[in-house]
Amino acid sequence: MSSTQQQREADVSSPRRHDSARVSHARDFGRGFFAKLAIMGLVDALGVYVVITAFTVGSTVIAWSMVALLLVANVVYFTRRALPMKYLLPGLAFLFVYQVFTIGYTGYVAFTNYGDGHNGTKDQAVAALLAQNEKRVEGSAAYPLAVVSNGDELGFAIVDGDDVRAGTAQDPLSVVDAEVSDGVITAVDGFELLDRQSVLAEQATVASLRVAFGDDPAAGSIRTQDGRNGYVYTSILRYDEDADTMTNAETGVVYAENDHGQFESAEGEKLNVGWRVFTGLDNIRTAFGDERYSVPFLKVLVWTFAFAILSVAGTFLLGLFFAVVLNDPRLKYQRLMRSLLILPYAFPAFMSFLLWRGMLNTKYGFINDTLLGGMDINWLGDPVLARLAVLAVQMWVGFPYMFLIATGALQAIPAETIEAAKIDGAGPLRIWRSVTMPLLLVAVTPLLIASFSFNFNNFNIIEMLTEGGPMFRDASVPIGSTDILITMVYSISGLDGGAPKNYGLASALSIIIFLIVATISVISFKKSRTLEEIN
Amino acid sequence: MATTAEAQSAPSSTRVRAARRRWWREVGWRYVVGVLAIVYAGFPILYIVSASVSDGGTLTGSTALFSTFTMDNYVALGETRFWTWVVNTLVIGSITAVGTVLMGAAAAYAFSRFRFSGRRVGLTSLLVIQMFPQVLAFVAVFLLLLSLGQVVPILGLNSRVALIMVYLGGALGVNTFLMYGFFNTIPKEIDEAAKIDGASHAQIFWTIILRLVAPILAVVALLSFVSTFSDFLLAKLILQSEENWTLAVGLYQWVSDQLSANWGLFAAGAVISAIPVVALFIFLQKYIVSGLTAGSVKG
Repeated sequence: MSSTQQQREADVSSPRRHDSARVSHARDFGRGFFAKLAIMGLVDALGVYVVITAFTVGSTVIAWSMVALLLVANVVYFTRRALPMKYLLPGLAFLFVYQVFTIGYTGYVAFTNYGDGHNGTKDQAVAALLAQNEKRVEGSAAYPLAVVSNGDELGFAIVDGDDVRAGTAQDPLSVVDAEVSDGVITAVDGFELLDRQSVLAEQATVASLRVAFGDDPAAGSIRTQDGRNGYVYTSILRYDEDADTMTNAETGVVYAENDHGQFESAEGEKLNVGWRVFTGLDNIRTAFGDERYSVPFLKVLVWTFAFAILSVAGTFLLGLFFAVVLNDPRLKYQRLMRSLLILPYAFPAFMSFLLWRGMLNTKYGFINDTLLGGMDINWLGDPVLARLAVLAVQMWVGFPYMFLIATGALQAIPAETIEAAKIDGAGPLRIWRSVTMPLLLVAVTPLLIASFSFNFNNFNIIEMLTEGGPMFRDASVPIGSTDILITMVYSISGLDGGAPKNYGLASALSIIIFLIVATISVISFKKSRTLEEIN
Repeated sequence: MATTAEAQSAPSSTRVRAARRRWWREVGWRYVVGVLAIVYAGFPILYIVSASVSDGGTLTGSTALFSTFTMDNYVALGETRFWTWVVNTLVIGSITAVGTVLMGAAAAYAFSRFRFSGRRVGLTSLLVIQMFPQVLAFVAVFLLLLSLGQVVPILGLNSRVALIMVYLGGALGVNTFLMYGFFNTIPKEIDEAAKIDGASHAQIFWTIILRLVAPILAVVALLSFVSTFSDFLLAKLILQSEENWTLAVGLYQWVSDQLSANWGLFAAGAVISAIPVVALFIFLQKYIVSGLTAGSVKG
């Protein structure tokens, strides 16, 4: 904190150097300067707050990143150098944190087993294992207990000899000031006592509440069944730090660390909580080698390409057809017709998907009920029909865009070129084939490739129309016939709550999608002139 | 056919018929195609408007177009969180749009007007980063916000501010190129004249350049607004409690939970939220077409 402030003060108080007639804006004490000072002051204050809290909660990576960001920001805005950076920095800061970092982090997670059962560090896993495998210590004494609340969460207060100790699920028991009469706690400092009625209302929470006895997980915890008496529970697992093993005190089985971030016994029995470890190419191997994943994965891959290609081809052909038909100067009401035609494009796409979901409903949908006169076609429930439905809906949503760009491209073709071809004796078909079409394709190809990339990751249409369904019956993960790669990754990540979380595999699949899309983009960039414009 | 008609100097009725036939062959059928296209493009929208004013509010009663007319569904929206979602969507979309425009314009200004080491590398890297759609990194975004939330809750999960931050992270990659091209079309002599008159680089940027590039700023703002408006994946991932949702998340929940029962609500909500967007599109058609051909895609 002090270093950044000193930095700023040094910059501000240093004498103005008039080495040229003009004064750099950074040292021109005008309105702009004070506006900058105010904004930077605010940024610094917020930044310092973040740094301090980050150190307090132990997130050193965040803390140091913030320090670096603040230093860079202050240097950039209070020196006369780094002029371009003054304009680039805000965007770059966001880009680095929320895009570059997340891309890098995706790459990192792809090589780990991060997910359910491997959520944290080894220390956290050991603590969780000890806590989860606790049993009441046989014959141990009961502590008089009261259920208390600190406003946010419930906790326990117990009478331990002459002391009263209180704590919550987050904070271990510690000695507090309290009033006790006849062995019953009547008031606890910093906590509110729950009356009998409230305890009964919260019975389930109270029965499952675990308040650690001390900072050492081996000390066990206090739990209660009735809300009046607390018993000491200690873990049946013992963690041996030197040998790095877990021992079950009841059965004597020893669990040692394996390569996958779990404790495993000699018989191959694994303890259920593991930790995050680097697993190398395991996720890639799972995606391609494990039949539970590779078979649906291949189906999804083929469908993703089919969907993206057919969407682009279908919408383009339909849009082009309408564009050619309506691009005749003799037509009246051209503007009106165009405005009406782009309605599906102007209508927010996600709502179109939801709208079509209702229209395609088997029993009550508009398509079956009205257009087809009361048919019962299960549009979204049959694997083939669902895919056709997805394509048909994409056709409706996407054709106006193609109509617009095709119209634009057609109108950009010079009339003289067509005229010249006519004079040379070319018929309408010949003109179309040899003049119009090639010129049109030159103009729209980059856009078609961009559209392909977009549809390749068109999450909304699948998630909103079919949610990937109908599901494959044989797959162990909830993946269906209309799932494309990105929705499959979403399902596998488990963030929708439909499957156990598997961040590692999901990230690995994201990287694969990226490679596919990047290859396509590179080809398209080579064809377009975007790269040449950088000069 | 027309020549024979003329040559024979036939009665005028034949000539008229021939001319009409010719008109039909060359122009008239285009109207038929046009009308069919409009029917195709318009019938789902007609249907949702009809569903929004049908009584009962369920999918079952909605299939006969405009058989009933009632505003019940619109009134019923008031008892849901619909208007909260509208406000959320507008606030998130507007802040993101303004931030995107400012940061993108500043970056485009730097790349277009200054010559500095790392400029080419910077532009090329932006091009490469742009290939990686932000949604692909959604797992990492989720995990990042999980950690940030432990430090500053407002930057963590279930915060609208955090969602805006994430959107702004994608601002530079997507829009800088679009703007960069446009900035290059503004003659440098204008800046130089201002510089000679004593304007600082900041004055040139804020008071001269930004005014000259206003059309592209409008296009980028609109595209940014529309893309946040329709983003579903990140919004659903980050905004967890109902009062923070955007329209995309909220309407999706209505339809995916109880499609049949919520249909009237959905229809009314969709009509209300679509009207401003559709109006904007129709009015700004010209700009959007030029923005589209510059490379941004939707649907």
